[in-house]
Amino acid sequence: MTPLLPKRELILVSIAAFIGLVVLPCLNAFTPANSALHVSSFTLSVYGKYLCYAVLALGVNLLWGYTGLLSLGQCLFFTLGGYALGMHLMLLIGKLGQYHADIPDFMVFLEFPKRFPETGGLPPHWIPFKSFWFAAAAVVWVPGVVAFVFGWLAFRSRIKGVYFSILSQALTYAATLMFFRNDFTFGGNNGLTDFKFILGHDVNQAGTKRTLYIASGVLLLLVYLLCRWLTSTKFGLIQRAIRDSENRVLFSGYATADFKLFVFVLSAVIAGLGGALYVPQVGIINPSEMAPDKSLEAVVWCAVGGRGNLLGPILGAVSINALKSYATHAFAEQWPYILGGLFVIVTVFMPKGLIGIPEQLRELKRRFGPKHEDKLAPRPVAPTTDV
Amino acid sequence: MTRKQFILSLEGVSKTFDGFKAINDLSLYVEEGELRVIIGPNGAGKSTMLDLITGRTRPDSGTIEFADKTDLTALNEYQINRLGIGRKFQTPSVYVDHTVFENIWLSLEGSRSLWSCLSSRVTPSQRERIGQVLKQVNLAGKATAKAGMLSHGQKQWLEIGMLLAQNPKVLLVDEPAAGMTDEETIRTGDLLMSLAGKHTIIVIEHDMVFVRQIARTVTVLHQGSLLCEGTVDEVQADERVIEVYLGRKKKT
Repeated sequence: MTPLLPKRELILVSIAAFIGLVVLPCLNAFTPANSALHVSSFTLSVYGKYLCYAVLALGVNLLWGYTGLLSLGQCLFFTLGGYALGMHLMLLIGKLGQYHADIPDFMVFLEFPKRFPETGGLPPHWIPFKSFWFAAAAVVWVPGVVAFVFGWLAFRSRIKGVYFSILSQALTYAATLMFFRNDFTFGGNNGLTDFKFILGHDVNQAGTKRTLYIASGVLLLLVYLLCRWLTSTKFGLIQRAIRDSENRVLFSGYATADFKLFVFVLSAVIAGLGGALYVPQVGIINPSEMAPDKSLEAVVWCAVGGRGNLLGPILGAVSINALKSYATHAFAEQWPYILGGLFVIVTVFMPKGLIGIPEQLRELKRRFGPKHEDKLAPRPVAPTTDV
Repeated sequence: MTRKQFILSLEGVSKTFDGFKAINDLSLYVEEGELRVIIGPNGAGKSTMLDLITGRTRPDSGTIEFADKTDLTALNEYQINRLGIGRKFQTPSVYVDHTVFENIWLSLEGSRSLWSCLSSRVTPSQRERIGQVLKQVNLAGKATAKAGMLSHGQKQWLEIGMLLAQNPKVLLVDEPAAGMTDEETIRTGDLLMSLAGKHTIIVIEHDMVFVRQIARTVTVLHQGSLLCEGTVDEVQADERVIEVYLGRKKKT
């Protein structure tokens, strides 16, 4: 059968992994700050953020590109993972906060000690998050359980297509509204921020930032390999069969709802892991991260990069966010139009996304290539579809 | 006649969609190994009947029993399929993005559990069986082609192959000859006839030439009920059938 990784992809991934995981961190650690080659810790954290987004995009792609389920609420799971680790980081701040209290600042000014006097102001469900391992486990199981319950209800009721998309969007919107409330005990609209330590290290130190960046890169690589393996199994074939002809799969004896539920939960867990590494690098998590437009952006990354394969979403997530970082500085007001325009152009002219461009060019070359030319000078290759 | 010998029995089945009686007090019995052809004008309820048997819709009243009195109305699509009832859809449904080989592989009888799918191994016996099926449906040379690249007739055959791979007790085949050339139609007929006996086959068809080729017993449905049953000649000579098909007025 076909090898797990096609040769070209293996080379590409190895080079990207070498540059991302070895070269950039070394340039950060071992070059002097005034050197042209130096990569600042700030830049590294920004790249780390992109990598976390790429992890999220792989999850979206596993659902949408491979199974045909367009979830417009994946950022909910990303944010839940972020909150789970963020809660632990909040509790590590200790007395270093503005109020020098034992509990996080927002609990002081929201007068939690009056609400939860028996625990000194800490809501009871926050207590286990003092343990890093509990928080780390919650990063996985909280998004997983939410996805399981929602998915179980949706797939049992045969909710499909656009109805599933709308419901998933409603779910994340409802969660956003809930998290915005101060009395929901997760910091209201300010969310969780001002982190000081992670696993005994200062989060603002260069070494910590570098480690978090490398961890994001390793996570992305592992998730990529997991997706690569899963899509190469019979399971992967069934995923795509569900996408193309769900009835045929159902009438062939497969419980398609179970398969969809599995993929949905898996992609939620992947999103949660990405969110957990995102939070310490960005330094803040708040409910606007789970607002419906964020999930739409994640879908746009996949569409622009190219869904239905594994490198496209990574390319899309990194390139669009790099563009966003630049554009929101240079022309902040126009950014939504740029993003929307990009989405339209790609869906109309590049159905396979950025990753499909070489293939499209080859196709054009075949069609307009010099094969049928007789005496005229070779015509230039037909213009590409950029407008 | 005891009811035991029937592999499929529908009794007093009715189904109404928004006031429209798609199936009206229909009773139908199919014996094991039989090749039964069901004909009827548009809207006679032929496809709805297959939907009811395969669990896609549930009847409002009546019973549908399989073999040793398994009540099919209580089961869902994949459970019914696992009992050994395979269905070919009217428009060919194959996995267009997969190769012909993979299409058959996914349909092979065997475990359908999610966990058993977390492997990509094709066992030698599976490979052999896939080869057999492909030969049966005349697609042996197309194993590595993407199903989406096949012609319409070949897609129809591939879907029949996917059914055969499941080794079902009952095959429900909805308009297998639709969109096929005359030669393809004849070969499809030959294939179905060669399968009768080993499998029970129910074919829904419009093409009377094709019906004539394969039919032993023909059941005519009209307005959701059974109009008459018999050999092709008997059915074609039946006054009521002529009236239904040609709209001729009853002579008094």
